[in-house]
Amino acid sequence: MALEKFLVIGAALFCCGLYAILTRRNAVAVLMGVELILNAANVNFVAFSHYVSRLIGGQIFAVFVIVLAAAEAAVALAIFLRLFATTGSVEVDMADTLRG
Amino acid sequence: MTGPADLVFYLLAAMTVGSAILVAILPNIIYSAVALLFTFAGVAGLYVLTSADFLAATQILIYVGGILVLIMFAVFLSSRISTVKLSNPGRFRLPAAAVCLGLFGVLSYAAVSTPFPVKPVVSYQASTAEIGELLMTRYLLPFEVASVLLLAALIGAALLSRPEGREDAAPGKEEAR
Repeated sequence: MALEKFLVIGAALFCCGLYAILTRRNAVAVLMGVELILNAANVNFVAFSHYVSRLIGGQIFAVFVIVLAAAEAAVALAIFLRLFATTGSVEVDMADTLRG
Repeated sequence: MTGPADLVFYLLAAMTVGSAILVAILPNIIYSAVALLFTFAGVAGLYVLTSADFLAATQILIYVGGILVLIMFAVFLSSRISTVKLSNPGRFRLPAAAVCLGLFGVLSYAAVSTPFPVKPVVSYQASTAEIGELLMTRYLLPFEVASVLLLAALIGAALLSRPEGREDAAPGKEEAR
């Protein structure tokens, strides 16, 4: 069980998240893609911290990433609900009121 | 290392990556959310395999218990989910798939071909006490900044999700909307 396998898993998670962000039009699905990408970064942090540095710093970085993800999900939910109340949908293409 | 640990690793990897692909391509957003649950659980298992026990527990508690519930709330509250066409139309499927597969190839090649300075001894030891100690000493400033960030997110989310109207509007009036 080596470092490369974890990095490949992280790359796969990242690409799935990127695909979700690129193709989905529902904002909640885009948020799911962002969560996948954050998880990919966490897998890389933990794998490097375990196999290369042997220190615990990578895990602490991952803890902070999880904190950021939680805050982001809460704010995103609030924004989606506000968007739904305003426009009647949560499609990212519909939220162009500020376009000049 | 071979044997049961390898088998567990491959099972977890298959579960994680497979359900992540399902998250990306399933047309129904409810199914995507359920697949996301399995992705998070698989990542927690991978954390266990890299002796990050505290992080695995945190992953289950916060991602599965918190973020996924929030996402489910967002799905149920925000769209007419019964019709897939309305809830989750896609676009740019082919170019996005090409870009993602190409990127995956490049990243995997970089990960496999780079000679990382891997240290030979793999020791599994509990990390919770060390994380707690480091958070209170060396990483105290990021810890405090994170608390300020959480406070700001809390206030922002509460402010954003209030019903529209004047600040001194009566709560009963807001109920009637």
